[in-house]
Amino acid sequence: MAATGELSFVQSLAIQFRVLHALLMRELITRYGRDNLGVLWLVGEPMIFTLGVTTLWSAAGLAHGGTGIPIVAFAVTGYSSVLMWRNATTQCGAGIEQNKPLLFHRSVLIIDVFFTRIALEIIGATSSFIFLSFFFIFIGWMPVPDNLLMVLEGWFMLAWFGASLALLVGAGTAFSPLVHRLWHPISYLLFPMSGAAFMVEWLPHNLQAIVLYLPMVHGVELLRHGYFGNVVRTHYDIGYMAECCLVLNLCGMYVVREASRRVEF
Amino acid sequence: MLSVEHVSKVYETRRGPYTVFDDVSFSLQRGRNIGILGRNGAGKSTMIRLISGAERPTTGRIRRGMRVSWPLAFAGAFAPHMTGLDNLKFICRVYGCDYKPLVPFIEEFTELGTFLREPVLHYSHGMMTRLAFALSMAIEFDCFLIDEAMVVGDARFHDRCHYELFQKRKDRAFILVSHDANTIKTYCENAVVLHEGHLFAFPNLDAAYVFYLETLAKKPDVVEQWQM
Repeated sequence: MAATGELSFVQSLAIQFRVLHALLMRELITRYGRDNLGVLWLVGEPMIFTLGVTTLWSAAGLAHGGTGIPIVAFAVTGYSSVLMWRNATTQCGAGIEQNKPLLFHRSVLIIDVFFTRIALEIIGATSSFIFLSFFFIFIGWMPVPDNLLMVLEGWFMLAWFGASLALLVGAGTAFSPLVHRLWHPISYLLFPMSGAAFMVEWLPHNLQAIVLYLPMVHGVELLRHGYFGNVVRTHYDIGYMAECCLVLNLCGMYVVREASRRVEF
Repeated sequence: MLSVEHVSKVYETRRGPYTVFDDVSFSLQRGRNIGILGRNGAGKSTMIRLISGAERPTTGRIRRGMRVSWPLAFAGAFAPHMTGLDNLKFICRVYGCDYKPLVPFIEEFTELGTFLREPVLHYSHGMMTRLAFALSMAIEFDCFLIDEAMVVGDARFHDRCHYELFQKRKDRAFILVSHDANTIKTYCENAVVLHEGHLFAFPNLDAAYVFYLETLAKKPDVVEQWQM
């Protein structure tokens, strides 16, 4: 450390990695514990959710107008996408409050708490998606993806959207607890509109235009275009989604910076 | 060197902004120590939180040219759902050291026995204080921040803390805050006084001591005399 207390970029980076590692271990231990499945719950939790929803939708025979989409694949792609933007945001919304004691240590910053939680949720949702896909493809309930690269692209966009939203909501809670309280109803209301349970093509024209204002709808459509190929007609504009993510991301980072000044004990 | 430069802290309250202190400056060299005297509510703990870096000053800056501890024995710096041992691991990961060689010391000092492997939220106040103090000793700091009000325990605990801090680590710098002038006089080389949002510095400990006792007796002229 220099005499003035200023750190070089490399030193700061080293500290940040140490802090992220410490927080990651802390989250894994407190959330999943050492008993029974332990850290496997990271994948188990989203998997059970997705399986449950898949079962419900299959049982209800969710109307999809004989479009030839296998319902299992439809549910897995849909619900996994929801997990991508919902869980990270919900976790970050509670992030400051649940890690407050640890923020007392100078090098532990709220951005580290958010990075950790976002990373964990994305890893969990991604592993669950991969595992379920392999499983259902293996037993023949799901087709093999038509265009894997397109699936990955859609997945990446959803991750970006989820991470940006999570930063914004998480840091917003430092300004008002209302942010966290409102996020819960908002996330429930967004769920049916997010494109998880329908294809944009199935909607009437006027509704299509409205739904396409929501950035995540574009991600799900891209993901499904990649998965099902040209069996379905998809509607998406990745340029629009990227613009939304970029704006959210910048706002999120700005609010995080402002919020770190406001953390009080 | 640690230096506090023109630091102010304002909190938002329901009745508008509240200034804890305004334009406070002082510095501390490596291996030296200073006491901060102040009455209840004078802003001593706030000052310690700012110096530790847990909170940021509203204006001004704090430069840390040495490794500064978190407030010693402060129980609020640990995750309640983690065990004592997991809290040690967390601290060690954050500060970049190996936790394994430290476990015997922690076990010996805290006398927690099997409770070291139980979640901290099940600890009594005394257990928590012992763990918190031991964890602050686990990391090698150059400067310790001590809030006298936090290091509370029985005589034995007090003696052991005293040994760890003022004998084994007597080469380190420390900042001790207290409302008790005699405590400061016992441990510190010099002292400053936080009074009504201002910091008063003195050429020696005795001057600080006299000033503080007079502010307690509410003599306004003494404040004017030392106004910076």
